[in-house]
Amino acid sequence: MSDRSTGTARQPMVRFENVTKSYGAFTVLDELNLDIAAGEKVAIIGPSGSGKTTVLRMLMTLETINGGVIWVDGEPLTHVERNGQLVPADMRHLRRIRGKIGMVFQHFNLFPHMTALKNCMEAPVTVLKMPKREAEERARELLAMVGLGEKLGHYPSQLSGGQQQRVAIARALAMRPKVMLFDEVTSALDPELVGEVLNVIRKLGSELDVTMLMVTHQMGFAKEFADRVCFFYGGKIAEQGPPAQLFGAPENERTRQFLSAVLEAT
Amino acid sequence: MLWDWGYTWEILPILARASLLTVQVTILGFALAATFGLLLAILRMSRSPWIAAPTAGFVEFVRSTPLLIQIAFIYFVLPGFGITLGAMTAGLLALGMHYGTYCSEVYRAGLANIPRGQWEASTALNLSAFHTFRDVIIPQAIPPVVPALGNYLIALFKETPLLSAIAVLELMQTAKILGSENFRYTEPITLVGLFFLVFSLVTALLVRQFERWLYRRGGLA
Amino acid sequence: MRARPLVLCAIVSFTAGLAVASFAGFREFLPGLLQGALVTVEITLGAAVVAVISAFLGAIGKMYGPWPVRWLAIGYIEIFRGTSALVQLFWVFFVLPHFGLTLEPITAAIVTLGISFGAYGAELVRGAIVSVQRGQWEAATALNMTRMTALRRIIVPQAFIRMIPPWGNLFIELLKATSLVSLITISDLAFKAQQMNQTTFRTLEIFSIVLVFYFALASVITVAMRALEERAASGLARGRH
Repeated sequence: MSDRSTGTARQPMVRFENVTKSYGAFTVLDELNLDIAAGEKVAIIGPSGSGKTTVLRMLMTLETINGGVIWVDGEPLTHVERNGQLVPADMRHLRRIRGKIGMVFQHFNLFPHMTALKNCMEAPVTVLKMPKREAEERARELLAMVGLGEKLGHYPSQLSGGQQQRVAIARALAMRPKVMLFDEVTSALDPELVGEVLNVIRKLGSELDVTMLMVTHQMGFAKEFADRVCFFYGGKIAEQGPPAQLFGAPENERTRQFLSAVLEAT
Repeated sequence: MLWDWGYTWEILPILARASLLTVQVTILGFALAATFGLLLAILRMSRSPWIAAPTAGFVEFVRSTPLLIQIAFIYFVLPGFGITLGAMTAGLLALGMHYGTYCSEVYRAGLANIPRGQWEASTALNLSAFHTFRDVIIPQAIPPVVPALGNYLIALFKETPLLSAIAVLELMQTAKILGSENFRYTEPITLVGLFFLVFSLVTALLVRQFERWLYRRGGLA
Repeated sequence: MRARPLVLCAIVSFTAGLAVASFAGFREFLPGLLQGALVTVEITLGAAVVAVISAFLGAIGKMYGPWPVRWLAIGYIEIFRGTSALVQLFWVFFVLPHFGLTLEPITAAIVTLGISFGAYGAELVRGAIVSVQRGQWEAATALNMTRMTALRRIIVPQAFIRMIPPWGNLFIELLKATSLVSLITISDLAFKAQQMNQTTFRTLEIFSIVLVFYFALASVITVAMRALEERAASGLARGRH
């Protein structure tokens, strides 16, 4: 175990090791093995029910795992090491590791009773115990970065879907995560608002050194932005590789079927 | 001493007999309430504001004022108008009236949930108002509101002790008499409390069973 | 709700008519009744405070407490919801002294009614908290909040506004339940009604006016809760633009 805990540049930021997730008799993810390097941008695509969202949700501890271990930044997320064995972790350990991960949701999940500014300040103040002034400054910066510097005092109900999603991104970034998860973040948006959100994500990718894992249906965006694309099917990774390869010359028959169906739809 | 078991066994049969009266009052009272409530709900749907508005006002007023005062009103005030009622009758009428207004609100919600199409279909088939209500509307309106009605049944049951205020010999009154006769209230009142607890839990279970039976029978999901 | 002002007007005019018919008579019992009304208001307010506190403790204990606390909360809720308020009052008044705890009557009434209605309130609070969208919990988790922080800062503020109408109904039930204290010799409005009736025998006027009093108090509660709801809504900046 110790060779994993000494940080090397080669060590993956996120590692799924034989991770299994099932609901009763139904297996959603079957012995998943996936490594994501620091700073890497990975797009996850696939048909619904293939387990893609579950991957993100398990990493964010929104779902429990039924088998295997998830590693984040060299440490196990859901387990602790005790006497050379891995045992299920307690809340304190979980929260410590979980703090390195941030997530943006399909339906934004902004706090409706707080302004955009307060939404971005809330967690740094109550969780990181940051002084209010510092949290406010940081929130302003981030909201300006996502192009909402003028909307600090607006409530979610006063913002468009695209604006809300950008606030959600700023809110997640305020916690300085090392890994950012994007769960179909444009799927609930009207088509004309999708671009502004994708632009922000593009900006993040170039300006910040953050590992990104995104489940998306935006094939064009995945092609141009991602370092690697994983195609999920039936709870397993059917194929993965650089976008040029996966989109251009898919090896797996299922991948081909999926891609052609998606292209037909657009 | 803290608990006199001998005394307990002594009074248990007396309390048991009184509990029968309590159950009687509950069932009769609720039957009155359920019927009166349906009448009120239907009256309230009347197209004539001269019927609907006073009904609404009556329901609102009775719902918002204490049952105890209403019992006293029926028992003490009506004799002044020549209507003298026995305590039991007065109590039952008060319970029926008071809980009738609660039931009418429940029915109102249930009736409001019937899709307009049902009413329109009945009109298209030229059904009379009576048949519309009896054969089309009410069979669909009742099952969803059974849980709410069941809750009011239990609530009514728990308010029967109020009748002790006009000396109806139900459970509470009997307990009070026993207590004052023997100078010991602990056992009678505790037993009465336990009786109500057990009975309401059992009734709650029965209501849930009845609800399930109704749904299976009515073929509604 | 349009029925309420209508009924109020009708009753007020009816009573005014009565008053004109027997003006001197009113002075006989009105002061007595007003004294009783004051006691009723006192008990209602006191019990309401106790009820809200018990309800929150019960609901949060039942939902998030360690298992002994959870069972305690469930027991509390089921027992007080399953027994009769009058029986509870009698028990506290007649039986508790026997076990060594004698409370002053009004305190006993406030505590008993408060805890009793708190049990109903707990289910109401629980319903409101559960009705807050799952996504809010998930967002809080994603921001690494503890469960208590999420409850305190995110969930309960949103649940609060949904609670207000059912609390309003519960408070009116509480108001009506205070009439029971007349049966344990507390001089509230119901007690005074009986008392004035015994001394003046103006049965119809007294009981009519008492009913109107209660109706008026219930209306005050309804109006107050609606105002609270409006304030909370603007504070949350809820609603469409």
